[in-house]
Amino acid sequence: MLSAESLKKLEREIAKYPPERKQSAVMSALIIAQDEKGWLSSEVLDFVARYLGMPSVAVYEVASFYAMYNLEPTGTYKLTLCTNLPCGLQGALDAADHLRQRLRINFNETTPDGHFTLKEGECFGACAMAPVLLVNNKKMHDYMSNEKLDRLLDELGRQ
Amino acid sequence: MTLLDYGPDAILMQGLDGRNWRLKDYEARDGYQALKKILTQRMKPEEVIAEVKKSALRGRGGAGFPTGLKWSFMPRQFAGPKYVVCNSDEGEPGTCKDRDLLRYNPHAVIEGMLIAGYAMSASAGYHYIHGEIWEIYEQFEEALAEAHAAGYVGNHILGSEFSFEMYAHPGYGAYICGEETALLESLEGKKGMPRFKPPFPASYGLYGKPTTINNTETFAAVPWIMRHGADAFLALGKPNNGGTKLFSVTGHVKRPGNYEVRLGTPFARLLEMAGGVRGGRKLKGVIPGGSSMPVLPADIMMATDMDYDSIAKAGSMLGSGAVIVMDDSTCMVRALERLSYFYFEESCGQCTPCREGTGWLYRVVHRIENGFGRMEDLALLDDVSDNIAGRTICALGDAAALPVKSFIKHFRAEFVHHIEHRGCLVHKDVEPKWGRVDAPHEPHLANHMAEAA
Repeated sequence: MLSAESLKKLEREIAKYPPERKQSAVMSALIIAQDEKGWLSSEVLDFVARYLGMPSVAVYEVASFYAMYNLEPTGTYKLTLCTNLPCGLQGALDAADHLRQRLRINFNETTPDGHFTLKEGECFGACAMAPVLLVNNKKMHDYMSNEKLDRLLDELGRQ
Repeated sequence: MTLLDYGPDAILMQGLDGRNWRLKDYEARDGYQALKKILTQRMKPEEVIAEVKKSALRGRGGAGFPTGLKWSFMPRQFAGPKYVVCNSDEGEPGTCKDRDLLRYNPHAVIEGMLIAGYAMSASAGYHYIHGEIWEIYEQFEEALAEAHAAGYVGNHILGSEFSFEMYAHPGYGAYICGEETALLESLEGKKGMPRFKPPFPASYGLYGKPTTINNTETFAAVPWIMRHGADAFLALGKPNNGGTKLFSVTGHVKRPGNYEVRLGTPFARLLEMAGGVRGGRKLKGVIPGGSSMPVLPADIMMATDMDYDSIAKAGSMLGSGAVIVMDDSTCMVRALERLSYFYFEESCGQCTPCREGTGWLYRVVHRIENGFGRMEDLALLDDVSDNIAGRTICALGDAAALPVKSFIKHFRAEFVHHIEHRGCLVHKDVEPKWGRVDAPHEPHLANHMAEAA
């Protein structure tokens, strides 16, 4: 279900916790699985449950509780913009409009070519550097002026 | 290489240039000297705790609880593992200090956790880092590997009797995990739902074992205290408010950013360091300690000093040190609407007053903002807030209620204007565009929003 490389990463995470506490690695297991598959299908969730010796429902609970797990497919690039109050005061809403106009989609939508999904996020803990954008959860871009957004979208669009 | 400028009194962020975060750089800044001193002098754990108590170091995550006192709650005679946990689940709107600490000075946090582990005779430490700063999570693991290889972490540290393992654990997008017992649940691989207290983590924490959880900045201050002495740290601040503090200044200032100042520094000075209110506009209101704390009007803020006791006296809390500055172009109804949405979205759903109440708060503020408010809504908001605060397992309920009560208390005229005139008291011409994006809601919120219509 998961590649040998993913399983190797997962074993490293499991080793962080006492042997009888494998469940502690479920957050990491889901992150690793999502990195490989793009999203967490019920087959993947069941696999993680079996691998860690957890009831499937306990894995579903975790996957649905934490906002950064994708429970459905997203575009190749999931763009998450923080629009919370401090970011909003520093231009995040202009960034939101720019992204929506350029991609011609609203938040929680995906471009027809399947390239970009736009998400609105809550606090990323980088407020002073607003506007702040996450690409596929892992890469943070800060001080995102419209020009920087254009450059980023051009770059990602070519890939 | 130019040094990063956190202010003239910075101690935690002193001598950092953005690249010198590695072990050899930290050692060149006297890093790990405190740990070496403690181990070679065979200091008693109680002596370390006494020193931290004397320094008047208080929790930097939000609650401001005295750190030494917290450490002394850990049972001395406990057969079995004890844990130290670092809380870097920084997600309180306005707060972005731990991110800077971790990316520029991660070894200070590692050394602080090691000293804490020694003082509480703990066997392992977990560092919970929120997933939104993934690159910093990976960087921390690199720093940890360096410390391991150098013999600062692991078995028989620097040849002593002290052994301590340390691991990083990722969060993945849940504000509530900044609450210490929710964080423990998350560490155990569950939904981050806070535990009922008592028992407190010092007696029943991670895996049911004695555990102490401190904020990143709290740990980072410990090596300095042990190197320079409690008195020197205390002298940087004021009685009962020892040391310096990192403040994240955001919003309508010329230079948003983190500034490290002595506790007790006047707010006016901090505002000046951040370049003052931008565009020459007038200061309207400030949330001095992160979005969960009561907002204060400009005149009160300008007369307040930045320390735990002074801000409490002014009617708010220092919290995490996130200073959200709003100028006179800010519509306070819209500001509150955005914050109320946040608590509604982030409530874990465990306690009914919070799960239902945060939805009520958001929906009612939303309708006032959008011109459908009724005069009785103001009393309703007050009533709903009172029925959340103090009636939930954790403090998220209070965190949702306090902004509502304080915004209405200090800026009531704006709410009344919105209701009477179906529009904003702040002139639209000057109002910069911001607020929540009017977008289709996530599926799990769709039902709640249908009720609002």
